[in-house]
Amino acid sequence: MSTRFVLKDHVNESRLVNDRLIFAAIFAGILFAVLMARLAILQVIEHEHFDVLSNKNRVDIEPLPPQRGLIYDRNGVVLAENIPTFSLELIPEKVVTLDNTLSELAVLFSLSIEDVAKIEKTIKQQRRFRHVVIRHRLTEQEVAIFSANRHRFPGVDVVGRLIRHYPHGALFAHTVGYVGRINEKDQSLIDEKNYKGTLQIGKTGVEKYYEDLLHGQVGYQQVETNVQGRVVRELNNEASVSGQALFLNLDIQLQRVAAEALGEYNGAIVAMDPKTGGVLAMVSKPDFDPNLFVTGISRKDYSVLRDSIDRPLFDRTLRGHYPPGSTLKPFVALAGLELGIVKKSTKTYCPGWYTLPGKEHRYRCWKSHGHGRVDLKQSLAQSCDVYYYDLANVLGIDRLHQFLDLFSFGRRSGVDVPSESRGLSPSSEWKRSARNQVWYPGETLISGIGQGFNQTTPVQLAYATSMLAMRGINTLPQVARGSRLDAGSELNLTPVKRGDSLPIVSNENWQVVVDSMIEVTSGQRGTAKSVGKGLPFKVAGKTGTAQVFGIKQDEKYDAETLAKKLHDHALFIAFAPAENPEFVVVVVAENGGSGSKTAAPMARKMIDQYFGVIVDE
Amino acid sequence: MNNQILTDRANPERWSLTRTLRVIHLDALLLFGLLSLLGVGLMILFSAGNQEVALLTRQLIRMGTAFFGLVVLANIHPDRMRDMAYWVYGAGLVLLIAVLLVGEEGKGAQRWLNLGVVRFQPSELMKIAVPLLLAAYLAERPLPPTLPRLFICFLMVAIPALLIAKQPDLGTALLIASSGLIVIFLSGISWAVIISFILAAASALPVLWYVMHDYQRQRVLTFLNPESDPLGSGYHIIQSKIAIGSGGLFGRGWLEGTQSQLAFLPERSTDFIFSVIAEEFGLMGVGLLLLLYLAIAGRGLYIAGQAQSSFARLLAGSISLTFLVYVFVNVGMVTGLLPVVGVPLPLVSYGGTSMVTLLAGFGILMSIHTHRRMMTS
Repeated sequence: MSTRFVLKDHVNESRLVNDRLIFAAIFAGILFAVLMARLAILQVIEHEHFDVLSNKNRVDIEPLPPQRGLIYDRNGVVLAENIPTFSLELIPEKVVTLDNTLSELAVLFSLSIEDVAKIEKTIKQQRRFRHVVIRHRLTEQEVAIFSANRHRFPGVDVVGRLIRHYPHGALFAHTVGYVGRINEKDQSLIDEKNYKGTLQIGKTGVEKYYEDLLHGQVGYQQVETNVQGRVVRELNNEASVSGQALFLNLDIQLQRVAAEALGEYNGAIVAMDPKTGGVLAMVSKPDFDPNLFVTGISRKDYSVLRDSIDRPLFDRTLRGHYPPGSTLKPFVALAGLELGIVKKSTKTYCPGWYTLPGKEHRYRCWKSHGHGRVDLKQSLAQSCDVYYYDLANVLGIDRLHQFLDLFSFGRRSGVDVPSESRGLSPSSEWKRSARNQVWYPGETLISGIGQGFNQTTPVQLAYATSMLAMRGINTLPQVARGSRLDAGSELNLTPVKRGDSLPIVSNENWQVVVDSMIEVTSGQRGTAKSVGKGLPFKVAGKTGTAQVFGIKQDEKYDAETLAKKLHDHALFIAFAPAENPEFVVVVVAENGGSGSKTAAPMARKMIDQYFGVIVDE
Repeated sequence: MNNQILTDRANPERWSLTRTLRVIHLDALLLFGLLSLLGVGLMILFSAGNQEVALLTRQLIRMGTAFFGLVVLANIHPDRMRDMAYWVYGAGLVLLIAVLLVGEEGKGAQRWLNLGVVRFQPSELMKIAVPLLLAAYLAERPLPPTLPRLFICFLMVAIPALLIAKQPDLGTALLIASSGLIVIFLSGISWAVIISFILAAASALPVLWYVMHDYQRQRVLTFLNPESDPLGSGYHIIQSKIAIGSGGLFGRGWLEGTQSQLAFLPERSTDFIFSVIAEEFGLMGVGLLLLLYLAIAGRGLYIAGQAQSSFARLLAGSISLTFLVYVFVNVGMVTGLLPVVGVPLPLVSYGGTSMVTLLAGFGILMSIHTHRRMMTS
């Protein structure tokens, strides 16, 4: 900038600005003349035309909300339906005095102060032409009461509504999810026109993921109204198009067995068909009744769910982070084989601990007096930790990470249910960027047995297991099986989604791992030998027992609960038949203690149900 | 400094309202115009708001608050305003960025900043800050400005305008941009620059289309052909035109407009309140209303012309002309001349934030007029 002092010529300057002011004033005058001309055209020349329109303007356009598509399981059992109800609704724009109307309605329907406050909040948040529900599910008596007083409440009416209902309650709470009132956040994401008249929108689970498909297209009816805005006569309408029916891969029987198998444990069971990726069962415990959310959950009910230490609203199948523990070993073994570090015959001596060369720290095997000399098959069958400390140490964390990455550890599986977590498959680079720390060799050892930083979700583990079962064929897990436009039309199957197949060095390596996993369920010393017993086919499986680290200091329990909270998580992964897999199952029982004793029998129950095996008690 | 107030030289002894108002730095003509407009506004609001008294009470409280702001600003010397210009603008920018980061959303846009006690829209502050800064900056050096300074001016306008457009609030962004551009225009830049700017803006229109939100594009499309979407966004314009057209020459009478009273007209107490006036008072009524607006702005332009510094001249000119832009955009919008951009009818539409800013602007005008120094010859 120049610092030269310039003398201002005030007279010239004010003349300059004043000229511009005059110009702008004239220009503004012209613009206003244009406005007047426009108004004259509308109000004088076209007056008659608009006058006629105005007199005819007793015609109102009302949206006809579409019927939400039903959701079925793979056998055609209804999982989400619509039941007809009456609700008392208000259109803020058409109400004369809102305060009076609300207070009179409060008296008539004995609404609490809290209810009224909630309604007022909704009115403020929404567009003024949108319906606001004052009360859902009116009884016949309430409908009669309102009808008698209807004249007092312009802008308020009883509306017949189809309300979502989940006949199996908690059984599908997380996976199917639930619908709820359209809130401000939803409003910015939807096509407002298509949701005119729609009160509910998918909030979680499949209901959310397939919202577009389930919702359908809004219709309209033209109606003649009286001075109060009440419908006198219907003139014509354009019907709405119902949402599509959604058929899931889930099987209600398997779902039930899974829920029962978990029993009192918190945890998750995921079962899938590895050939199609179809998710057959997806259960997270504890659960909750999704019907509570449909018409707006009460504050009390919600705080019970939200504040429960067991976190029932939390979907463990997709968002539960668990150390995979020994269930990671088959993948680590395969890494060793494929990268040429171990062979089928490679043996390691297990004295019950392992030390890094030149270090004194002892990394313990779960079996304190050791497994002795074990080969690869026995290392999996007996789940020897020392074998995998050694293998991981040679592999190094980054090669291990790279290999596990192929199996989608640390990535989302992409299943068609929202809010999936990524899990964590650590690498030295991850530790540097996320924690700004160097990677220690000891951490590699722990990673080799699926502990330490390793975190996986049950869905992710099922996905990885199905890739292992299918010898590298990568089929993405999918909950939806297909959709149907209407009852008459054909089921439109969702195409099977394939990812890149895994690179294979030698098919034999894969077979070695599968054979070792068969040894787990049927070998003399297999950790889950009860699982394979009495079946006409072989089951490949792997137990896992994951340490629970620490406990939050603000948690406050008596000694017994505390002890239980510190119990290890019990895990089990399996596929069957081992040679031609049709069924993959993953079980995580929180604080279940031991994979063999707690999780493996649960998986067996799932296998029995799927293959129709009659169990002899 | 001789800050003496202009005296009624003809008759210094007689009491006069004008003189009394001058003591508290208010301009009688402008005050009269504003009060008339606010009175008309309340009357219309009574009709548009279904004769709800609570609505009127709330609007009256806002008017009171806004008027207090007007009186406060009228008593600040224009030189002090000029000194504060950079600070006000800087604070406004910080708040705008804060809104984008931590602002509260309402109806799909992020405009509000919650300061604990009050919720606050920083874009409103910018409506004053932008012309204030530009006037202060341009008046530092002789007019017309040099090209580098002009470029800096454009940046001063563009940065807040883009931040506000991102909220997204296209209406306010356009108003702020035009208030700044008006200052630049008044500063006497050459016609060659103005014309090349207009050409550049016209060629940038396709780019604007590309960065617009879907709902904004929808509005433009609906504006071009409202009948194409009678159930959706075209509904507003169609109903508004019916209301205006059916008003005829003399209107249906106060509280008698069927479009308004039967609630066919959406947003009738806010953005579409002009249509209520047109329906109930006809072409005569809206003609008088537009004249009132012109008279108020005319007084503002007169004040600008009489101002004693370039800073005051530019600022007063911009405030008066932007006021007219408001009216033009709103009336153009409800009559279907312009797309629906969500600009309220100044001082008449229901709502508090714009009322405060508008009256603050008039406070500045009054300050400029009443703090003039006596010319001693």
